[in-house]
Amino acid sequence: MGGLNKVVTNYQQALAGLQNDMTIMVGGFGLCGIPEGLIAEMVRMQVTGLTAISNNAGVDDFGLGLLLQHKQIRTMIASYVGENALFEQQMLSGELEVILTPQGSLAEKIRAAGAGIPAFYTATGFGTPVADGKETREFNGRHYVLEPALYADFALIKAWKADTMGNLIYRHTAANFNPVMATAGQITVVEVEELVEPGELDPNQIHTPGIYVDRLIVGSFEKRIEKRTLKTLS
Amino acid sequence: MALTREQMAKRVAQELHDGDYVNLGIGIPTLVANYIPADIDVMLQSENGLLGMGEFPTEAEVDADLINAGKQTVTAVDGAAFFSSADSFAMIRGGHVDLTVLGAFEVDVEGSIASWMIPGKLVKGMGGAMDLVAGAHNIIVTMMHADKAGNSKLLPQCQLPLTGYRCIQRVLTDLALLKIEDGAFHLLERAPGVSVEEIQQKTAGKLICPRHVPEIKV
Repeated sequence: MGGLNKVVTNYQQALAGLQNDMTIMVGGFGLCGIPEGLIAEMVRMQVTGLTAISNNAGVDDFGLGLLLQHKQIRTMIASYVGENALFEQQMLSGELEVILTPQGSLAEKIRAAGAGIPAFYTATGFGTPVADGKETREFNGRHYVLEPALYADFALIKAWKADTMGNLIYRHTAANFNPVMATAGQITVVEVEELVEPGELDPNQIHTPGIYVDRLIVGSFEKRIEKRTLKTLS
Repeated sequence: MALTREQMAKRVAQELHDGDYVNLGIGIPTLVANYIPADIDVMLQSENGLLGMGEFPTEAEVDADLINAGKQTVTAVDGAAFFSSADSFAMIRGGHVDLTVLGAFEVDVEGSIASWMIPGKLVKGMGGAMDLVAGAHNIIVTMMHADKAGNSKLLPQCQLPLTGYRCIQRVLTDLALLKIEDGAFHLLERAPGVSVEEIQQKTAGKLICPRHVPEIKV
């Protein structure tokens, strides 16, 4: 008994087995919905040579920007990296390899990996630099690009609520890449705001079923806001 | 007179229909949200995973878990839905979004668009733009007709790396509304007081002008 209990009590256990040169997926869009404590733990572990798959690279001093600061990422697979000056520097100096991937293709490549689909055709990127060197094919008169799935050794996920069996619920737009990445990690580690007992979450409302989740840890989150934009009162 | 950014947004807003699901890009497209006619219902899609994007929040409403694709804090309207990035782009790629409005550096007579990369300058990434142009059936590109030196951005062939190949049918510039068909730009409307000759002079790609070109009403 207890084999379905995914809860770990410290960050060392949460990321046990994470080594240099591994591939990680990190949930979040900008700074929204990122596993803050797991990122901090990677900094502490000083793992290097990582391939990081994440929509963005955080900002200079928060999110994945922290791993960049410590030069722990060798390759970054992302759709948009505009918010990070450190990132620019390392990219221009060649310390960091960047594979820019359209946001929808990035999400689908991850979804495909989790769903056991090795590659798929998409119209996105046909005729653009993204399609360079990739197989293309015509279906019903339209051109498509073959995009391979993206796998990871570790998927690092942020969820709102979980039960101890790893059933997850996300909150608002903090879901973003987290639900798909949760399916695509060899080991999926989830940092949650609130942990409850099985039976307390309504099964109708579960976003990610526990089968995808290997480890769970309760975190405390700063939830930094990148662009606080307020209604202008006229 | 060339249209202002606000006037361009107003003209685009005239293309909205009651019940439309709409994705607005960053810049002028974002302004379109300010001019949605009061008598129609439109749902705004934000590609990070929100259908039913509302106004910016008050200080009390600010929620770090609720942002738009530009990473700004926003609100969600009644009837909104949240979903994953994969679901969001399934909507986009699957052609379920009724209207997409986005900016561009260049478009050409074949309907190709360049909007994400200027070689030699820093590349920030394409974000969702390539998926949006490939997936949407109905796209309006909003852009300047020419650069500050007067060089046309409506070209025989895009010079910059493409965002999408042969996917654009309509362009609204500060000077004109045009459609792209059969390897040419077709002038549909012109900005108030702007002559057809000026538009011809600032359009490098093949341009077809009917005898009468109505003025844009904003």
